[in-house]
Amino acid sequence: MQLSQKEARRTPGWMGIQRGHKARPLEWLAEKFIFLVSLSTILMVFLIFVFVAREALPVFLGDTDTALVSPVIPPAEMDHHSPAELEKYLELTPAQFKAMDHDTLMSLMDVKVEAANDIPESFRNSRDARINTTEWRYLLLPHQWDDYQKPEYIWQPVGQIKKFNIIPLFVGTLKITLIGLLFAVPLAVGAAIYVSQLARPRTREIAKPAIELLSGIPSVVVGFFALLVLATVLQKIFGYQTRLNAFVAGMALGFAVIPIIFSIAEDALTSVPRAYTQAALALGASRWQTAWQIVLPAALPGVFAATVLGFGRAIGETMIVLMVCSASVMSWSVFDSARSITTTIAAEMAEAVNGGPHYRILFMLGALLFAATFVSNMIGDFVIHRFKTKLEGKR
Amino acid sequence: MSEVQSPKSEVPGRHFRAEKFDFWSFFFSGLTGLATLFILGILATILINIIANGWPGFSWHFVSTTPKKDFFDIHTTGVFPMIVGTTFRVLVMTIFVIPVGVITAIYLTEYAPSNSLITRIIRAAVNNLAGVPSIVFGLFGLGFFINFIGKNLDVLLHNANAVWGQPALVWASLTLAVMTVPVVIVATEESLKAIPPGLREASLALGATKLETILKIVLPQALPGIMTGGILAVSRAAGEVAPILFTGVAYYMASLPTHLSDQFMDLGYHVFVLSTQSPNIEQTRPILYATVLVLLLLTFALNIVAIIIRSNIRRKMRSLH
Repeated sequence: MQLSQKEARRTPGWMGIQRGHKARPLEWLAEKFIFLVSLSTILMVFLIFVFVAREALPVFLGDTDTALVSPVIPPAEMDHHSPAELEKYLELTPAQFKAMDHDTLMSLMDVKVEAANDIPESFRNSRDARINTTEWRYLLLPHQWDDYQKPEYIWQPVGQIKKFNIIPLFVGTLKITLIGLLFAVPLAVGAAIYVSQLARPRTREIAKPAIELLSGIPSVVVGFFALLVLATVLQKIFGYQTRLNAFVAGMALGFAVIPIIFSIAEDALTSVPRAYTQAALALGASRWQTAWQIVLPAALPGVFAATVLGFGRAIGETMIVLMVCSASVMSWSVFDSARSITTTIAAEMAEAVNGGPHYRILFMLGALLFAATFVSNMIGDFVIHRFKTKLEGKR
Repeated sequence: MSEVQSPKSEVPGRHFRAEKFDFWSFFFSGLTGLATLFILGILATILINIIANGWPGFSWHFVSTTPKKDFFDIHTTGVFPMIVGTTFRVLVMTIFVIPVGVITAIYLTEYAPSNSLITRIIRAAVNNLAGVPSIVFGLFGLGFFINFIGKNLDVLLHNANAVWGQPALVWASLTLAVMTVPVVIVATEESLKAIPPGLREASLALGATKLETILKIVLPQALPGIMTGGILAVSRAAGEVAPILFTGVAYYMASLPTHLSDQFMDLGYHVFVLSTQSPNIEQTRPILYATVLVLLLLTFALNIVAIIIRSNIRRKMRSLH
């Protein structure tokens, strides 16, 4: 039946049966309500971004200050400074500043001087006590701290002088994530090839849900298992010094990522048209040759997406790494301890002062983490979408 | 392909079976098979290790006892308040997550124009929500629910006394609800798609409206799928610790939570506390294993139920198409 374009436009709705909202107001209202509720998912992603970034905003704007000793302006020199400078120096809001007269300001300046005199002598002469450690150069670049031999990357948020260099955390995260992926990707993709292409249907029906069941184990349980059992076993095999290190954490992380990579890769491999496989087999290729040379190349974007999504999951995993290793050491060695971004947030948020610089920086790390997983999710989804439409087009 | 023979010399059909033994094919197939076995081995090892070590400490006494402040002693400890806390937070979560998830799934399958921009954005948002790290949900709960909504509620209702503006059961549940929405959406959508279009068409042909069709024909049929989604969300949420770290969990509470603004103890967090903060790890090992076993029973049993329901739906779907 050929509908003219005009006719087709007149019956747009579901299966061509829809009379418009004038005939059925309730129906129309319900539809709008359902639409609005479904928009809430977009709202949630938006809110997560806004509110995590909001708490981190002072770090991005440079409004946090950790300097213990700031330069003191003698009250006598008050008139040499502009009102804006004084306002910032006395930590007043514009409204407060306006409400005060000259004498009140003067007495506040005296208080400042007294407060500066109360700081112990040892700090007043220390170079480190004068700097604001939340500036970007201290967050990202190595710095020559007072008691150290050479410029170093240090994350040490407690103590008198708080050191917030985030590079050790990045290195730790990357190290653990890469170990996890190097372990998980070959295993998961191998299993996906086997289950989708080579296994008998009976085997497939058992193996597939069983592997997916692995994702049902809470990460705190995987972490517990790694802490008590895996760490001991791996230490016996490899004989390294530190019992809890990035290697153990990475392996345990692999356990958590395997089911995700497996199910996405398996899905991609299964969605390669049967005609490809049948043609290859008909030409005399063995099952393995078909899987390796025909199906896997065709499904490669899907396997890539699985890896990317697995990466997103791995850098976001918290409890496993939190339980297995915690010391933030700046080292690329696999057998040293490492601290990931997630672990840092989880372990330190409780002791960070609400609204303080440490709290802000932890939120900034969270925002960066969110951005990283957002990007990897987007890439993964985009690749899968392209892959699926391409396969459908060829069918 | 030197093996191609002239078709005359072969009986048709017999040629298919004559697969020559090829060492490399055998080797690599075996390798992938081993990978599969290895993964299954990991699963089995974890489960067997926990069941074997946890069973001796697992008893009715253990499940029903409220521990005193020192819960590292095997004789007086128990996990009753943790089970209650975990159950409460998960139940409150389902109240929020099921309606939102189901309605969104209904929109996506029944109403949404299949390739419009807004549908694609909603799908992208759902996928993204599923991939956000759980610790970021924790930060979100702290930044949004506690520091924004809670604090403002206190200013409005309680003269700025901290009632809602601090970690609480309801904030933990809401955070978990945001986290598990995708789980419910995906499961519900799958079951909605499994319903044959013929049913909807029949209902419409009899004069029912679209809304009536959805409420009276489609949803009852999709109920098992919605249940699966709910169960999966519950099992996922019950095991998660990171999102509740800053939004409501307590190291120790003398009493059970009675109000939505109370803090609570939690099984998963208790596992974390026992395994990292114990003064004597050898002594707490039996308690630890028993606690893990309880947690695993809670989450895993639910998971298996969900998988069984889901495989039934899939089988039904296959027989329809």
